[in-house]
Amino acid sequence: MPWFQKSKKIQSTQKKAELPDGLWLKCDNCGEIIFRRELQKNASVCQKCRFHFRISSREYIEMIADEGSYREFNADMKSSDPLKFKDTKRYPDRIQKSTKKAGMNDAIRTGIALLNDRKIVLGIMDFNFFGGSVGSVVGEKIVQATRRAKEGNYPFILICASGGMRMQEGLFSLMQMAKTSCELAEFAQTRLPFITVLTHPTTGGTTASFAMLGDVIIAEPGALIGFAGPRVIKQTIGQDLPPGFQRAEFLLQHGFLDMIVDRTRLRGTLSTLIMHLHDADDSESEEQVSTVD
Amino acid sequence: MPDRLALDFEKPIIELEKKIDEMKALSGSSKIELDDEIARLEKKAEKLRKDVFSSLNRWQRVQLARHPDRPYSLDYISRIFTDFIELHGDRAFSDDPAIICGLGRLEETSVMIIGHQKGRGTKDNLYRNFGMPHPEGYRKAKRLMELAARFGRPVISLIDTPGAYPGLGAEERGQAEAIASNLMVMANLPVPFIAVVIGEGGSGGALAIGIADRVFMLENSIYSVISPEGCASILYRDSSQAHKAAEAMKVTASDLQKLGLINGVIKEPPGGAHRYPDICADNIREILSEGLNELSSLPVDELIAKRHERYYKMGKWEQAKE
Ligand SMILES: [Zn+2]
Repeated sequence: MPWFQKSKKIQSTQKKAELPDGLWLKCDNCGEIIFRRELQKNASVCQKCRFHFRISSREYIEMIADEGSYREFNADMKSSDPLKFKDTKRYPDRIQKSTKKAGMNDAIRTGIALLNDRKIVLGIMDFNFFGGSVGSVVGEKIVQATRRAKEGNYPFILICASGGMRMQEGLFSLMQMAKTSCELAEFAQTRLPFITVLTHPTTGGTTASFAMLGDVIIAEPGALIGFAGPRVIKQTIGQDLPPGFQRAEFLLQHGFLDMIVDRTRLRGTLSTLIMHLHDADDSESEEQVSTVD
Repeated sequence: MPDRLALDFEKPIIELEKKIDEMKALSGSSKIELDDEIARLEKKAEKLRKDVFSSLNRWQRVQLARHPDRPYSLDYISRIFTDFIELHGDRAFSDDPAIICGLGRLEETSVMIIGHQKGRGTKDNLYRNFGMPHPEGYRKAKRLMELAARFGRPVISLIDTPGAYPGLGAEERGQAEAIASNLMVMANLPVPFIAVVIGEGGSGGALAIGIADRVFMLENSIYSVISPEGCASILYRDSSQAHKAAEAMKVTASDLQKLGLINGVIKEPPGGAHRYPDICADNIREILSEGLNELSSLPVDELIAKRHERYYKMGKWEQAKE
């Protein structure tokens, strides 16, 4: 089969992807048996079919930031359950479970890093924490990251993975769309680039706010990106969705993305974009390297 | 008067009012002296309305917010503003009837009015898409917000939508981008902006015309991050548990005022806006003109800085303990 037909197939068949334990594993998409270490070396992208396995926020940091340069801030910011929310479980119990699972206190890491010796602010949402949902903590961390970037004259790169706003914080969550937009509107008055990277999946209020507000918007191949989730749309219109609907390739075709970038080339692409858009102060960047925290 | 759709908790009130009407008719036609009895029953009805409406639970308020007789944007526009001129279209794809925009006069000020518009009855509702906008509705709103800014006219938005429409065309034409782009424009719009939730504040589809210097809610309106049904279908795997979701998410005007997320609650007379649209319109007008008076004296920089500050404060968190 020619390569372009194969890549078509990927677009519509992205499935849950988490690297199972063991030396060898089977690609969720093409069934290829892959040596685990090989996959990791290849940014968790299947060499045969380019299927992008889900990776954690930590792995994105390792992939994008110069080695050992990442300094996380606000890592211990944690949700305080403003509604005393309870469904079948208490919200704080769900948070605790997510913290255990993802090894972080909420659904985003924010920090300062070097990218090819240039200082950047880097935020990475993590779908492993509460489905990457946005509540007060994610909103505040994005606002503070944006401010750090503005104060330091750094570009801001935000990697998105999110099912949308977090129900358990009610309207507080919805207002994070407004809050981050206000800060990003201030950021847009500067000449600092804000680049978003949309990974699988990016939906709901996340897409309908900061994810779509990038000066440059990048997506990973096959990523599901949309406002309404496919299940809701299907229910509303009472028919199956066309193949490839709401995938990165569909969005690119309809004009809502600047580009789709294979994860193995993400670091290089980000670096080049920043070179094009950001007027770095060279004398300062020397000093930045040594005072990264 | 034709029979209205009555919610369960409205029924005793409506029955009593019917009885009063019958007595009045009887008294008019037969000269039997019923005035005292009528007066007594009217007092009783008033008390009943007050009792019922002062102790509504959250789900009952959700039902009122969605009441098919509830006044919609155009009902308020005609009562609050003069010289209204509707403006159409996003200049790119189409005109979305689920969002109404236009210029109107509030006392001595011309303002841009933007509102979701639901339909009355099946045919009208299909035309209005049940008040669920497509991207072009949001883009029309954005175009006209920017027009208002250019001419230094304040913006008033009336929020009443179950949500942005979740359909094929809406996604294809960038529902998410349209909403995001509006948020950015509203954040820095250099004119006063007041939003009033008059019915349903359905998530991102509501917020897309709702970043404002002041946000008010009618007493029986709701505002939520997801519909109670949507929340229930995720958390309880059963959308018929929506009443539980409405309780848990705290979706009412008084909830959100207590949480500091809105600036105030606009009173509805006991009985609700659908029984007293004129009084509610008066109450809204009063709040709007008071708000515009305060906001129009602010320099633009301060106006925008204060608007941002309003949102920066929204959020609750704590430090994790090691
Ligand atoms: Zn594969």
